[in-house]
Amino acid sequence: MEQPIRVLVAKPGLDGHDRGAKVVAAALRDAGMEVIYGGLHQTPEAIVQMAVQEDVDAVGLSILSGAHMTLFPKVKEHLNRAGAESILLTGGGIISAGDMDKLEKLGVGQLFGPGSRLADLVDYIEKEVARRRTATRSA
Amino acid sequence: MTELASLDEQELVVRLRRGDQRACARLMTWAERNDPRFAVQHRAFCDELGVAQRIGITGPPGAGKSTLVEGLASHWRESDDRKIGVVAVDPTSPFTGGALLGDRVRMSRLVLDPGVFIRSMATRGVFGGLARATDDLADVLDLFGCHSIMVETVGVGQSEVDIARSCDLTLVVLHPGGGDTIQAMKAGLMEVADIYVVNKADMPGVDRLVQELFDVLELREIPEDQQPPILTAVASTGQGVPELAEAIDGMVRDRRDSGRQAERRQDNLERRIRRLVDGRLRHEVWQARGLSDLLHQRLAEGGKLSAYELADEVLDQYQQAAGHPANLLGNISQTDPEDSP
Repeated sequence: MEQPIRVLVAKPGLDGHDRGAKVVAAALRDAGMEVIYGGLHQTPEAIVQMAVQEDVDAVGLSILSGAHMTLFPKVKEHLNRAGAESILLTGGGIISAGDMDKLEKLGVGQLFGPGSRLADLVDYIEKEVARRRTATRSA
Repeated sequence: MTELASLDEQELVVRLRRGDQRACARLMTWAERNDPRFAVQHRAFCDELGVAQRIGITGPPGAGKSTLVEGLASHWRESDDRKIGVVAVDPTSPFTGGALLGDRVRMSRLVLDPGVFIRSMATRGVFGGLARATDDLADVLDLFGCHSIMVETVGVGQSEVDIARSCDLTLVVLHPGGGDTIQAMKAGLMEVADIYVVNKADMPGVDRLVQELFDVLELREIPEDQQPPILTAVASTGQGVPELAEAIDGMVRDRRDSGRQAERRQDNLERRIRRLVDGRLRHEVWQARGLSDLLHQRLAEGGKLSAYELADEVLDQYQQAAGHPANLLGNISQTDPEDSP
Protein backbone atom coordinates (compact mmCIF):
# COMPACT_ATOMS: atom_id res chain seq x y z
CA MET A 1 0.00 0.00 0.00
CA GLU A 2 1.21 3.49 -0.82
CA GLN A 3 2.15 5.34 2.36
CA PRO A 4 0.57 8.74 2.97
CA ILE A 5 2.79 11.75 2.37
CA ARG A 6 3.53 13.69 5.56
CA VAL A 7 3.95 17.45 5.25
CA LEU A 8 4.74 20.10 7.85
CA VAL A 9 3.03 23.41 7.12
CA ALA A 10 4.34 26.32 9.16
CA LYS A 11 4.83 30.06 9.17
CA PRO A 12 8.24 31.35 10.14
CA GLY A 13 8.92 34.92 11.14
CA LEU A 14 6.68 37.69 12.23
CA ASP A 15 3.79 38.04 9.83
CA GLY A 16 0.50 36.78 11.19
CA HIS A 17 -1.36 36.21 7.94
CA ASP A 18 -2.09 32.51 8.25
CA ARG A 19 -5.02 32.25 5.89
CA GLY A 20 -2.82 31.07 3.04
CA ALA A 21 -1.14 28.45 5.21
CA LYS A 22 -4.52 27.16 6.36
CA VAL A 23 -5.93 27.00 2.82
CA VAL A 24 -2.86 25.06 1.70
CA ALA A 25 -3.03 22.74 4.72
CA ALA A 26 -6.67 21.93 3.96
CA ALA A 27 -5.91 21.33 0.27
CA LEU A 28 -3.07 18.94 1.05
CA ARG A 29 -5.23 17.07 3.54
CA ASP A 30 -7.98 16.78 0.95
CA ALA A 31 -5.40 15.35 -1.42
CA GLY A 32 -4.85 12.52 1.07
CA MET A 33 -1.75 13.82 2.83
CA GLU A 34 -1.10 13.93 6.56
CA VAL A 35 -0.53 17.59 7.32
CA ILE A 36 1.13 18.63 10.55
CA TYR A 37 0.17 22.22 11.19
CA GLY A 38 3.01 23.94 12.98
CA GLY A 39 1.38 27.29 13.54
CA LEU A 40 2.50 30.91 13.47
CA HIS A 41 5.70 32.73 14.40
CA GLN A 42 8.01 29.72 14.33
CA THR A 43 11.78 30.09 14.24
CA PRO A 44 13.77 28.14 11.62
CA GLU A 45 15.22 26.00 14.43
CA ALA A 46 11.73 25.13 15.71
CA ILE A 47 10.51 24.28 12.22
CA VAL A 48 13.39 21.90 11.61
CA GLN A 49 12.97 20.32 15.03
CA MET A 50 9.30 19.65 14.22
CA ALA A 51 10.17 18.29 10.78
CA VAL A 52 12.71 15.89 12.30
CA GLN A 53 10.45 14.56 15.05
CA GLU A 54 7.53 14.15 12.68
CA ASP A 55 9.74 12.49 10.03
CA VAL A 56 7.96 14.42 7.29
CA ASP A 57 8.54 14.10 3.54
CA ALA A 58 8.15 17.81 2.93
CA VAL A 59 8.12 21.17 4.70
CA GLY A 60 5.91 23.93 3.30
CA LEU A 61 6.52 27.46 4.51
CA SER A 62 4.22 30.39 4.00
CA ILE A 63 6.02 33.73 4.11
CA LEU A 64 4.24 37.00 3.43
CA SER A 65 6.60 39.28 5.31
CA GLY A 66 9.19 39.71 2.58
CA ALA A 67 11.80 37.92 4.68
CA HIS A 68 11.91 34.88 2.42
CA MET A 69 15.53 35.44 1.36
CA THR A 70 16.56 35.04 5.00
CA LEU A 71 14.09 32.44 6.22
CA PHE A 72 14.21 29.84 3.43
CA PRO A 73 18.04 29.60 3.46
CA LYS A 74 18.03 29.42 7.28
CA VAL A 75 15.55 26.55 7.31
CA LYS A 76 17.47 24.78 4.54
CA GLU A 77 20.73 25.20 6.45
CA HIS A 78 19.21 23.74 9.65
CA LEU A 79 17.68 20.85 7.71
CA ASN A 80 21.08 20.00 6.26
CA ARG A 81 22.73 20.28 9.62
CA ALA A 82 20.17 17.87 11.11
CA GLY A 83 20.96 15.29 8.42
CA ALA A 84 17.57 15.90 6.88
CA GLU A 85 18.60 17.18 3.45
CA SER A 86 16.30 14.70 1.75
CA ILE A 87 13.22 16.51 3.09
CA LEU A 88 11.67 18.65 0.36
CA LEU A 89 11.55 22.34 1.31
CA THR A 90 8.86 24.21 -0.57
CA GLY A 91 6.40 26.98 0.14
CA GLY A 92 4.83 30.13 -1.06
CA GLY A 93 4.21 33.79 -0.51
CA ILE A 94 4.89 37.07 -2.21
CA ILE A 95 8.17 36.09 -3.82
CA SER A 96 9.57 37.39 -7.09
CA ALA A 97 10.65 35.06 -9.90
CA GLY A 98 14.23 36.24 -9.46
CA ASP A 99 14.24 35.38 -5.79
CA MET A 100 12.68 32.00 -6.55
CA ASP A 101 15.59 31.23 -8.88
CA LYS A 102 18.14 32.25 -6.29
CA LEU A 103 16.49 30.08 -3.65
CA GLU A 104 16.31 27.16 -6.01
CA LYS A 105 20.08 27.34 -6.45
CA LEU A 106 20.37 26.93 -2.67
CA GLY A 107 18.45 23.67 -2.83
CA VAL A 108 14.97 25.00 -2.06
CA GLY A 109 12.22 23.36 -4.12
CA GLN A 110 9.67 25.06 -6.32
CA LEU A 111 7.90 28.03 -4.70
CA PHE A 112 4.37 29.21 -5.36
CA GLY A 113 3.53 32.89 -5.69
CA PRO A 114 0.18 34.70 -5.70
CA GLY A 115 -2.30 33.23 -8.16
CA SER A 116 -0.86 29.73 -7.98
CA ARG A 117 -3.30 26.87 -8.34
CA LEU A 118 -3.65 24.51 -5.38
CA ALA A 119 -3.81 21.56 -7.78
CA ASP A 120 -0.34 22.46 -9.09
CA LEU A 121 1.06 22.56 -5.58
CA VAL A 122 -0.48 19.18 -4.72
CA ASP A 123 0.80 17.72 -7.95
CA TYR A 124 4.31 19.08 -7.38
CA ILE A 125 4.55 17.70 -3.82
CA GLU A 126 3.21 14.29 -4.86
CA LYS A 127 5.67 13.96 -7.74
CA GLU A 128 8.66 15.37 -5.91
CA VAL A 129 8.12 13.23 -2.80
CA ALA A 130 7.65 10.11 -4.92
CA ARG A 131 10.90 10.89 -6.72
CA ARG A 132 12.80 11.44 -3.49
CA ARG A 133 11.39 8.31 -1.86
CA THR A 134 12.53 6.21 -4.81
CA ALA A 135 15.93 7.88 -4.83
CA THR A 136 16.61 7.24 -1.13
CA ARG A 137 15.31 3.70 -1.34
CA SER A 138 17.70 2.78 -4.11
CA ALA A 139 20.60 4.57 -2.41
CA MET B 1 25.28 13.39 9.11
CA THR B 2 24.56 10.39 6.96
CA GLU B 3 21.21 9.88 5.39
CA LEU B 4 18.97 7.51 7.32
CA ALA B 5 17.90 5.48 4.33
CA SER B 6 21.39 4.09 3.98
CA LEU B 7 21.41 2.75 7.55
CA ASP B 8 20.39 -0.77 8.39
CA GLU B 9 17.97 -1.35 11.23
CA GLN B 10 20.53 -2.16 13.90
CA GLU B 11 22.41 1.05 13.23
CA LEU B 12 19.16 2.94 13.49
CA VAL B 13 18.50 1.58 16.97
CA VAL B 14 22.11 2.24 17.99
CA ARG B 15 21.69 5.86 16.95
CA LEU B 16 18.37 6.11 18.74
CA ARG B 17 20.03 4.94 21.95
CA ARG B 18 22.61 7.68 21.52
CA GLY B 19 19.77 10.18 21.58
CA ASP B 20 19.48 10.80 17.83
CA GLN B 21 16.01 12.24 17.31
CA ARG B 22 15.99 11.55 13.61
CA ALA B 23 16.65 7.86 14.19
CA CYS B 24 13.88 7.82 16.80
CA ALA B 25 11.47 9.46 14.35
CA ARG B 26 12.35 7.03 11.58
CA LEU B 27 11.76 3.98 13.75
CA MET B 28 8.32 5.44 14.51
CA THR B 29 7.66 5.81 10.79
CA TRP B 30 8.50 2.15 10.27
CA ALA B 31 6.02 1.21 12.97
CA GLU B 32 3.33 3.38 11.39
CA ARG B 33 3.97 1.90 7.98
CA ASN B 34 3.87 -1.65 9.32
CA ASP B 35 7.39 -2.13 8.02
CA PRO B 36 8.59 -5.65 8.94
CA ARG B 37 11.89 -4.17 10.07
CA PHE B 38 10.08 -2.64 13.03
CA ALA B 39 8.78 -5.99 14.24
CA VAL B 40 12.27 -7.45 14.05
CA GLN B 41 13.69 -4.62 16.13
CA HIS B 42 10.79 -4.72 18.57
CA ARG B 43 11.59 -8.33 19.44
CA ALA B 44 15.16 -7.35 20.12
CA PHE B 45 14.44 -4.42 22.44
CA CYS B 46 11.13 -5.39 24.03
CA ASP B 47 12.63 -6.57 27.32
CA GLU B 48 13.99 -3.07 27.89
CA LEU B 49 10.53 -1.51 27.71
CA GLY B 50 8.17 -0.62 30.51
CA VAL B 51 10.38 1.90 32.27
CA ALA B 52 8.32 4.98 31.41
CA GLN B 53 4.96 5.81 32.91
CA ARG B 54 2.35 6.02 30.19
CA ILE B 55 -0.44 8.49 30.67
CA GLY B 56 -3.45 8.59 28.39
CA ILE B 57 -5.29 11.85 27.94
CA THR B 58 -8.76 11.81 26.50
CA GLY B 59 -11.91 13.88 26.42
CA PRO B 60 -14.21 15.69 24.02
CA PRO B 61 -12.83 18.04 21.35
CA GLY B 62 -11.95 21.47 22.67
CA ALA B 63 -11.60 20.37 26.30
CA GLY B 64 -8.00 21.57 26.33
CA LYS B 65 -6.15 18.26 26.12
CA SER B 66 -3.19 19.57 24.12
CA THR B 67 -2.82 22.63 26.33
CA LEU B 68 -2.88 20.40 29.38
CA VAL B 69 -0.21 18.16 27.86
CA GLU B 70 1.94 21.23 27.29
CA GLY B 71 1.35 22.35 30.88
CA LEU B 72 2.23 18.97 32.39
CA ALA B 73 5.30 18.59 30.20
CA SER B 74 6.57 22.05 31.12
CA HIS B 75 5.94 21.36 34.77
CA TRP B 76 7.86 18.08 34.77
CA ARG B 77 10.70 19.56 32.74
CA GLU B 78 11.16 22.27 35.36
CA SER B 79 10.49 20.24 38.48
CA ASP B 80 12.76 17.26 37.87
CA ASP B 81 14.21 17.57 34.36
CA ARG B 82 12.18 14.58 33.33
CA LYS B 83 12.46 13.50 29.68
CA ILE B 84 9.02 13.70 28.09
CA GLY B 85 7.46 11.96 25.11
CA VAL B 86 4.16 12.93 23.55
CA VAL B 87 2.08 11.06 20.98
CA ALA B 88 -0.79 13.22 19.76
CA VAL B 89 -3.46 11.46 17.71
CA ASP B 90 -5.86 13.23 15.34
CA PRO B 91 -8.42 11.68 13.01
CA THR B 92 -7.83 10.63 9.42
CA SER B 93 -10.58 11.68 7.00
CA PRO B 94 -12.47 8.56 5.97
CA PHE B 95 -13.14 10.21 2.60
CA THR B 96 -9.71 11.28 1.42
CA GLY B 97 -7.32 9.41 3.72
CA GLY B 98 -5.74 12.75 4.58
CA ALA B 99 -5.45 14.28 8.02
CA LEU B 100 -4.82 17.66 9.60
CA LEU B 101 -2.70 17.15 12.69
CA GLY B 102 -2.96 20.35 14.71
CA ASP B 103 -2.08 19.46 18.29
CA ARG B 104 1.38 20.97 17.99
CA VAL B 105 -0.06 24.45 17.71
CA ARG B 106 -0.93 24.23 21.42
CA MET B 107 2.46 22.83 22.37
CA SER B 108 4.76 25.39 20.79
CA ARG B 109 6.46 26.18 24.12
CA LEU B 110 7.97 22.68 24.09
CA VAL B 111 9.37 22.62 20.57
CA LEU B 112 12.94 23.71 21.22
CA ASP B 113 13.37 21.73 24.42
CA PRO B 114 15.67 18.80 23.56
CA GLY B 115 14.14 16.84 26.46
CA VAL B 116 10.73 16.71 24.79
CA PHE B 117 9.84 14.57 21.79
CA ILE B 118 6.45 15.16 20.19
CA ARG B 119 4.98 13.04 17.45
CA SER B 120 1.66 13.69 15.72
CA MET B 121 -0.20 10.71 14.42
CA ALA B 122 -3.25 10.13 12.23
CA THR B 123 -5.73 7.38 13.09
CA ARG B 124 -5.49 5.89 9.57
CA GLY B 125 -8.88 4.26 9.68
CA VAL B 126 -8.94 3.00 13.26
CA PHE B 127 -11.73 4.02 15.66
CA GLY B 128 -11.61 4.33 19.43
CA GLY B 129 -9.41 7.40 19.68
CA LEU B 130 -6.04 5.84 18.88
CA ALA B 131 -4.20 4.64 15.79
CA ARG B 132 -2.99 1.10 15.12
CA ALA B 133 0.62 1.87 15.97
CA THR B 134 0.08 4.17 18.96
CA ASP B 135 1.46 1.56 21.38
CA ASP B 136 4.46 1.08 19.09
CA LEU B 137 5.23 4.79 19.09
CA ALA B 138 5.01 4.86 22.89
CA ASP B 139 7.40 1.89 22.95
CA VAL B 140 9.88 3.79 20.81
CA LEU B 141 9.70 6.77 23.18
CA ASP B 142 10.21 4.39 26.10
CA LEU B 143 13.34 3.01 24.42
CA PHE B 144 14.43 6.58 23.65
CA GLY B 145 14.60 7.12 27.41
CA CYS B 146 11.49 9.19 28.09
CA HIS B 147 10.38 8.99 31.71
CA SER B 148 6.82 10.13 31.14
CA ILE B 149 4.92 9.49 27.94
CA MET B 150 1.65 11.24 27.31
CA VAL B 151 -0.69 9.85 24.69
CA GLU B 152 -3.35 12.29 23.63
CA THR B 153 -6.35 10.73 21.87
CA VAL B 154 -8.51 12.31 19.24
CA GLY B 155 -11.35 14.33 20.70
CA VAL B 156 -13.57 11.38 21.43
CA GLY B 157 -17.23 11.62 20.66
CA GLN B 158 -19.55 8.73 21.11
CA SER B 159 -17.23 5.87 20.40
CA GLU B 160 -15.46 3.32 22.46
CA VAL B 161 -12.43 4.44 24.31
CA ASP B 162 -9.27 2.44 23.69
CA ILE B 163 -6.91 4.63 25.63
CA ALA B 164 -7.68 2.95 28.94
CA ARG B 165 -6.42 -0.31 27.47
CA SER B 166 -3.19 1.18 26.34
CA CYS B 167 -1.81 3.29 29.19
CA ASP B 168 -0.96 2.97 32.87
CA LEU B 169 -3.31 5.76 33.77
CA THR B 170 -6.04 7.68 31.99
CA LEU B 171 -6.96 11.32 32.45
CA VAL B 172 -10.38 12.37 31.26
CA VAL B 173 -10.46 16.08 30.53
CA LEU B 174 -13.85 17.81 30.57
CA HIS B 175 -14.79 21.45 30.51
CA PRO B 176 -17.83 23.47 31.51
CA GLY B 177 -19.92 24.20 28.48
CA GLY B 178 -18.96 20.91 26.85
CA GLY B 179 -22.36 19.38 27.43
CA ASP B 180 -23.59 17.73 30.63
CA THR B 181 -22.18 14.56 32.13
CA ILE B 182 -24.75 12.48 30.26
CA GLN B 183 -22.70 13.26 27.15
CA ALA B 184 -19.57 12.02 28.85
CA MET B 185 -21.40 8.91 30.07
CA LYS B 186 -22.61 8.11 26.59
CA ALA B 187 -19.11 8.42 25.22
CA GLY B 188 -17.89 5.78 27.65
CA LEU B 189 -15.73 8.36 29.37
CA MET B 190 -17.13 7.74 32.82
CA GLU B 191 -15.74 4.23 33.00
CA VAL B 192 -12.19 4.82 31.86
CA ALA B 193 -10.99 7.70 34.01
CA ASP B 194 -8.37 7.24 36.68
CA ILE B 195 -8.34 10.99 37.22
CA TYR B 196 -10.87 13.58 36.10
CA VAL B 197 -9.68 17.01 35.14
CA VAL B 198 -12.24 19.77 34.88
CA ASN B 199 -10.34 22.20 32.70
CA LYS B 200 -11.14 25.85 31.95
CA ALA B 201 -12.03 26.19 35.61
CA ASP B 202 -12.13 29.97 35.24
CA MET B 203 -15.31 29.68 33.22
CA PRO B 204 -18.81 29.64 34.66
CA GLY B 205 -20.38 26.27 35.39
CA VAL B 206 -17.34 24.60 36.98
CA ASP B 207 -18.92 23.86 40.33
CA ARG B 208 -21.94 22.33 38.70
CA LEU B 209 -19.85 20.08 36.47
CA VAL B 210 -17.76 18.91 39.42
CA GLN B 211 -20.92 18.21 41.42
CA GLU B 212 -22.45 16.28 38.52
CA LEU B 213 -19.30 14.18 38.24
CA PHE B 214 -19.48 13.37 41.94
CA ASP B 215 -23.10 12.37 41.57
CA VAL B 216 -22.45 10.09 38.61
CA LEU B 217 -19.47 8.46 40.29
CA GLU B 218 -21.48 7.80 43.43
CA LEU B 219 -23.91 5.72 41.40
CA ARG B 220 -21.17 3.34 40.40
CA GLU B 221 -20.62 1.79 43.82
CA ILE B 222 -16.85 1.84 43.66
CA PRO B 223 -15.05 1.55 47.01
CA GLU B 224 -14.33 5.00 48.40
CA ASP B 225 -10.55 4.66 48.13
CA GLN B 226 -10.77 3.75 44.46
CA GLN B 227 -12.97 6.64 43.40
CA PRO B 228 -11.13 8.60 40.70
CA PRO B 229 -10.20 12.04 42.02
CA ILE B 230 -11.69 15.13 40.36
CA LEU B 231 -9.25 17.99 39.92
CA THR B 232 -9.78 21.42 38.42
CA ALA B 233 -7.30 23.29 36.25
CA VAL B 234 -6.85 26.22 33.92
CA ALA B 235 -4.35 24.68 31.52
CA SER B 236 -3.79 27.93 29.62
CA THR B 237 -2.42 29.68 32.74
CA GLY B 238 -0.97 26.65 34.48
CA GLN B 239 -3.35 26.91 37.40
CA GLY B 240 -3.87 23.50 39.00
CA VAL B 241 -1.19 21.84 36.85
CA PRO B 242 1.35 21.19 39.66
CA GLU B 243 -1.37 19.55 41.76
CA LEU B 244 -2.43 17.41 38.80
CA ALA B 245 1.17 16.37 38.12
CA GLU B 246 1.53 15.39 41.75
CA ALA B 247 -1.70 13.38 41.69
CA ILE B 248 -0.49 11.51 38.59
CA ASP B 249 2.92 10.74 40.07
CA GLY B 250 1.34 9.63 43.34
CA MET B 251 -1.09 7.32 41.63
CA VAL B 252 1.63 5.81 39.44
CA ARG B 253 3.73 5.16 42.54
CA ASP B 254 0.87 3.55 44.45
CA ARG B 255 -0.03 1.29 41.61
CA ARG B 256 3.51 0.25 40.98
CA ASP B 257 3.90 -0.67 44.65
CA SER B 258 0.57 -2.44 44.94
CA GLY B 259 1.07 -4.50 41.78
CA ARG B 260 -1.97 -2.98 40.08
CA GLN B 261 0.19 -1.48 37.38
CA ALA B 262 1.65 -4.87 36.47
CA GLU B 263 -1.85 -6.32 36.31
CA ARG B 264 -3.06 -3.57 34.04
CA ARG B 265 -0.05 -3.85 31.77
CA GLN B 266 -0.71 -7.55 31.44
CA ASP B 267 -4.31 -6.84 30.38
CA ASN B 268 -3.15 -4.17 27.95
CA LEU B 269 -0.64 -6.57 26.46
CA GLU B 270 -3.30 -9.18 25.88
CA ARG B 271 -5.53 -6.63 24.12
CA ARG B 272 -2.65 -5.51 21.99
CA ILE B 273 -1.75 -9.01 20.91
CA ARG B 274 -5.38 -9.70 20.02
CA ARG B 275 -5.46 -6.51 17.96
CA LEU B 276 -2.32 -7.55 16.11
CA VAL B 277 -3.72 -10.99 15.36
CA ASP B 278 -7.04 -9.50 14.25
CA GLY B 279 -5.26 -7.10 11.95
CA ARG B 280 -3.07 -9.77 10.39
CA LEU B 281 -5.99 -12.11 9.83
CA ARG B 282 -7.96 -9.34 8.19
CA HIS B 283 -5.02 -8.57 5.94
CA GLU B 284 -4.56 -12.27 5.20
CA VAL B 285 -8.18 -12.73 4.21
CA TRP B 286 -8.75 -9.58 2.19
CA GLN B 287 -5.40 -8.66 0.70
CA ALA B 288 -2.97 -11.56 0.73
CA ARG B 289 -5.53 -14.03 -0.62
CA GLY B 290 -7.06 -11.56 -3.02
CA LEU B 291 -10.54 -12.05 -1.57
CA SER B 292 -11.31 -8.34 -1.80
CA ASP B 293 -11.21 -8.81 -5.54
CA LEU B 294 -13.46 -11.84 -5.33
CA LEU B 295 -16.00 -9.91 -3.31
CA HIS B 296 -15.99 -6.96 -5.71
CA GLN B 297 -16.40 -9.33 -8.59
CA ARG B 298 -19.39 -11.06 -6.99
CA LEU B 299 -21.00 -7.74 -6.11
CA ALA B 300 -20.51 -6.50 -9.65
CA GLU B 301 -22.44 -9.48 -10.96
CA GLY B 302 -25.50 -7.89 -9.36
CA GLY B 303 -28.76 -9.50 -8.35
CA LYS B 304 -30.09 -9.91 -4.83
CA LEU B 305 -27.45 -11.42 -2.61
CA SER B 306 -27.52 -12.51 0.98
CA ALA B 307 -24.71 -10.98 3.00
CA TYR B 308 -24.39 -14.25 4.91
CA GLU B 309 -24.14 -16.28 1.74
CA LEU B 310 -21.34 -14.11 0.39
CA ALA B 311 -19.50 -14.10 3.70
CA ASP B 312 -19.56 -17.89 3.66
CA GLU B 313 -18.32 -17.90 0.12
CA VAL B 314 -15.41 -15.62 0.97
CA LEU B 315 -14.44 -17.76 3.93
CA ASP B 316 -14.76 -20.96 1.92
CA GLN B 317 -12.37 -19.52 -0.63
CA TYR B 318 -10.00 -18.48 2.11
CA GLN B 319 -10.12 -21.95 3.59
CA GLN B 320 -9.30 -23.56 0.26
CA ALA B 321 -6.47 -21.17 -0.46
CA ALA B 322 -4.95 -21.36 2.98
CA GLY B 323 -5.62 -25.01 3.67
CA HIS B 324 -6.81 -24.17 7.16
CA PRO B 325 -9.11 -26.43 9.15
CA ALA B 326 -12.75 -25.41 9.05
CA ASN B 327 -13.05 -24.76 12.79
CA LEU B 328 -10.63 -21.87 12.57
CA LEU B 329 -12.93 -20.21 10.06
CA GLY B 330 -15.86 -20.73 12.36
CA ASN B 331 -14.05 -18.71 14.95
CA ILE B 332 -13.29 -15.90 12.58
CA SER B 333 -16.85 -15.47 11.40
CA GLN B 334 -18.25 -15.34 14.92
CA THR B 335 -16.57 -12.26 16.23
CA ASP B 336 -16.70 -12.06 19.97
CA PRO B 337 -17.90 -8.52 20.74
CA GLU B 338 -15.53 -8.48 23.71
CA ASP B 339 -12.57 -8.92 21.46
CA SER B 340 -13.29 -6.67 18.54
CA PRO B 341 -10.92 -3.73 18.47
